[in-house]
Amino acid sequence: MSIRHGLLALLEHGPRYGSQLRTEFESRTGATWPLNVGQVYTTLARLERDGMVVQDGEDGAGHALYAITDAGRGELKSWFQRPVDRASPPRDELAIKLAMAVGAPGVDIRAVIQAQRHATLQAMQDYTRLKARALAAVEVESEDGEQARDDIAWLLVLEQLIFQTEAEARWLDHSESRLTRLSATAARRAENAPAAASPAPAGHDVTAVADTARTAPMPRSTRR
Amino acid sequence: MPESMPHTSHQPQQAFKSQQSQQPVLQLEELTRVHGSGATEVHALRGVNLSVFPGELVAVMGPSGSGKSTLLTIAGGLDSPTSGRVVVEGTDITTVGRKELAALRRRSIGYVFQDYNLIPALTAAENIALPRELDGVSARKARVSAVAALEEMGLGQLADRFPDEMSGGQQQRVAIARALVGDRRLVLADEPTGALDSETGESVLALLRARCDAGAAGILVTHEPRFAAWADRVVFLRDGSVVDETLRSQADSLLSGQAAAQ
Ligand SMILES: Nc1ncnc2c1ncn2[C@@H]1O[C@H](COP(=O)(O)OP(=O)(O)OP(=O)(O)O)[C@@H](O)[C@H]1O
Ligand SMILES: [Mg+2]
Repeated sequence: MSIRHGLLALLEHGPRYGSQLRTEFESRTGATWPLNVGQVYTTLARLERDGMVVQDGEDGAGHALYAITDAGRGELKSWFQRPVDRASPPRDELAIKLAMAVGAPGVDIRAVIQAQRHATLQAMQDYTRLKARALAAVEVESEDGEQARDDIAWLLVLEQLIFQTEAEARWLDHSESRLTRLSATAARRAENAPAAASPAPAGHDVTAVADTARTAPMPRSTRR
Repeated sequence: MPESMPHTSHQPQQAFKSQQSQQPVLQLEELTRVHGSGATEVHALRGVNLSVFPGELVAVMGPSGSGKSTLLTIAGGLDSPTSGRVVVEGTDITTVGRKELAALRRRSIGYVFQDYNLIPALTAAENIALPRELDGVSARKARVSAVAALEEMGLGQLADRFPDEMSGGQQQRVAIARALVGDRRLVLADEPTGALDSETGESVLALLRARCDAGAAGILVTHEPRFAAWADRVVFLRDGSVVDETLRSQADSLLSGQAAAQ
């Protein structure tokens, strides 16, 4: 789990106390995944129970310090070595929404796609603006090593967000042209078939295609 | 840094706000364009309105055939609308004479074509220098600024090569240098990143962005969401009409908004 390993990675740099870990975690990831101090202490308690960290005295101000153990170091090392688990893709609300919009009565799937595309592009614009600033910060080459490390980490996180939203935007474009093509094919088929012998649904709207698609589902193995 | 970053003031954005009160560099009013006639009639544009202000970069996205290139060629004075007005820095270019239009195009408008459009018989530097020479800039001066424009794009070594001696991506960057040389107030780019890898495409976008931050107005036609995201506004074309557009928003509110949602 990422908080657990994130904390171990920070403790690898030396003993730290709870709120300090929280600050450093957010410096690296630009407050994209905010942590509260409670989560940090709960996680530290579990890590302590599992023998991966130990309490290690106090700093001058009386904060309880935590230190990584050899077991913790071993776990951290294997975390960096193993790829992130893809066995169960996270549930994606957008994918579920589009899947439900296919053939849904009274739903204009193209409008659903455009509304999402608008929001997705807008988010990308925002991320890109933050990225332009982050790039400028990285290029200034900070004297402060820790600062430089945080700047680079933040840039990487931002770019991950950009690529992720880009994938979404591309998938939306692809889905729209897919639906347009399917609807053109259906319309052509309806035209070619003699009117009397064609009770099949016809029309230029995607809903009609969606109905066609529903009555002739793809093989199970190709859907997920 | 990440924590303090959202509060850092962002120069271009502030400049942009104050520029909104200025005259647009480009104004398209009720633009229509019909290709052909009768049975083969194609309505490439159906009443498009769009203004681009100094300091602003607008991205135009839309499926193939939605009218993006048509819009750009008309905005650049390379094609005439069937109806509507095209105002560049206060001049309606649909009503001016050919000579005046040609001069305005050379002086005020930088154009990057979807297929580069370099002149095969001229070297990279000559391609870039030509429009300025035609405009009365001395050959030596035009050459110096052409080479400088190439160097800005990391292409100094290509100055004396002919188009057929360059890769597609190199030709494309030369075409971009040609559009950006001099101080054109309006830069129109049709898929300028088509032949470029992701990293080079990004550097071209950064250059276009910088030119707009310095006060130019730009339109970027692209299929790539990641490049469109550099723009202040994204306009969506569908079958010749603008169906939607995003607005510039505060990047800062995004992260705090996200934080609040969790
Ligand atoms: N010279 C022409 N004669 C007839 N039709 C044309 C002409 N130029 C463009 N069209 C038509 O006008 C429509 C818009 O074309 P345009 O080139 O503007 O599309 P686009 O959005 O740039 O597409 P792409 O993404 O493929 O470059 C298309 O249907 C196209 O076939
Ligand atoms: Mg085009």
